[in-house]
Amino acid sequence: MGATTDEQVIAIIAEQAMLSPAEVKLDDNPEDMGLDSLALVEIVFSIEETFDVSVPFNANDPSSSEFDISSVGKIVEAVKALVAAKG
Amino acid sequence: MTRRVVVTGLGVVSSLGLTRAEHFAGLKEGRSGIGPLSITDADRLSVKIGGYADAFTPEGRFDRSDITLFDRTTQMAVTAADEAMAEAGVDLSEGEAVRSGVVIGTALCGMETIDSAYRTVFQEGKNRVHPFVVPRLMSNAGASQISMRHGLKGPSWTVSTACSSANHAIGQAFHMVKSGASDLMVAGGAEAPLVFGVIKAWEGLRVMSRDNCRPFSKNRSGMVQGEGAAVLVLEEMERAQARGATIWGEICGFGMSADASDIVTPSLDGAARAMTSALADAGMGPDEVRYINAHGTATAANDKTECAAIHQVFGAATAGLSVSSTKSMHGHAIGAAGALEAAACLMAMHDGVIPPTINYDEPDPDCDLDVTPNEARDAEVSAALSNSFAFGGLNAVLAFRKV
Repeated sequence: MGATTDEQVIAIIAEQAMLSPAEVKLDDNPEDMGLDSLALVEIVFSIEETFDVSVPFNANDPSSSEFDISSVGKIVEAVKALVAAKG
Repeated sequence: MTRRVVVTGLGVVSSLGLTRAEHFAGLKEGRSGIGPLSITDADRLSVKIGGYADAFTPEGRFDRSDITLFDRTTQMAVTAADEAMAEAGVDLSEGEAVRSGVVIGTALCGMETIDSAYRTVFQEGKNRVHPFVVPRLMSNAGASQISMRHGLKGPSWTVSTACSSANHAIGQAFHMVKSGASDLMVAGGAEAPLVFGVIKAWEGLRVMSRDNCRPFSKNRSGMVQGEGAAVLVLEEMERAQARGATIWGEICGFGMSADASDIVTPSLDGAARAMTSALADAGMGPDEVRYINAHGTATAANDKTECAAIHQVFGAATAGLSVSSTKSMHGHAIGAAGALEAAACLMAMHDGVIPPTINYDEPDPDCDLDVTPNEARDAEVSAALSNSFAFGGLNAVLAFRKV
């Protein structure tokens, strides 16, 4: 087996934040990690490519998107939900 | 002696109409030119709306050899230029022709041509494309075709600064006439970006709305792309008055700035400096300005930042301002935006009607300006500004006065 969903999502976020995956905590929030809106858009793109899902994310108003990006853990949960919904 | 620059001809093509009169009627009615897209492969897009000029087709408008050579961008540029030149009614002697030029702003290039040629070689697997792909797609095609049609033999070029392209083009043309380097300039912008590949690229940035364009409204959901062209004939004022030309208004100031900060996020400082510089160039106090045609893209970031910049520049005079984003009606025509919006400013001054910001549902405390919500307003407009703030942080603001 390859990496778990958690590990893959954390690796994607870590790469954009220029951290090693071990430095990323589930309760970290993107803003505090120094991730700006462009970095978030790249993360969303990487997630879509990696998991073959479509992420409902609008950079105009990230907080009201269906895709919760308030913490690393929430992003992981949201990705798992999208992957599960894909069946 | 200071030379003054006036607009003596004005042509427009947009999703609101294929002539200046139709476009202006749309602005005054507060009509929406935004609707579902029926372009090739629209079913594979997640953003399926745009300000597409459905009624604009080359057949019947151009002869067969022109259709072969003109991308949709050029077709629109030439149509607007023909209308502007017909109205200006200039009959250039050889001596005048060499002192007359054309500057067109365009952010991309002939994207319909590229999209269709890529489809041919990549999707259909063909090994040959039409021989005129290069002269169709080059970004100076519009400026060149206009110079050829109207015998403009002086300084001519294309400007590409993303969403500020047309304002930079008109501003540089203004400098040419004001300085005496030219006596007449045909200037504006053209863009036809509503093809699959371009929309797919914009989808990636996640700043596009999937439902509608609602600038300054709290429930705004992003930008909606449009297409079109607007072309102005700029002339030295004494020459225009001597020949009894119709004068739409004076271009009296041009301000430019670079944010020098972020490739996509707008900057309050850069926007404010461009407005301040346009006012200073025009010798115009904040109290003199009655109308601002805002950049107003309906993204969260632009509208909030632009409103803060207007407050910073205008201070107490903000109370006397009407602001609107006509992108709510014709969509964001990218490299043509500033030209369509210069036309709106000239209409406001000449016809005494301020065009509205439509689809305005809900006030946003971060955008607390009079945004002329939903309905046009009769007003005496003696001076106006038009803002363009581009991706890449290159800002251009034009200042106009009624003559």
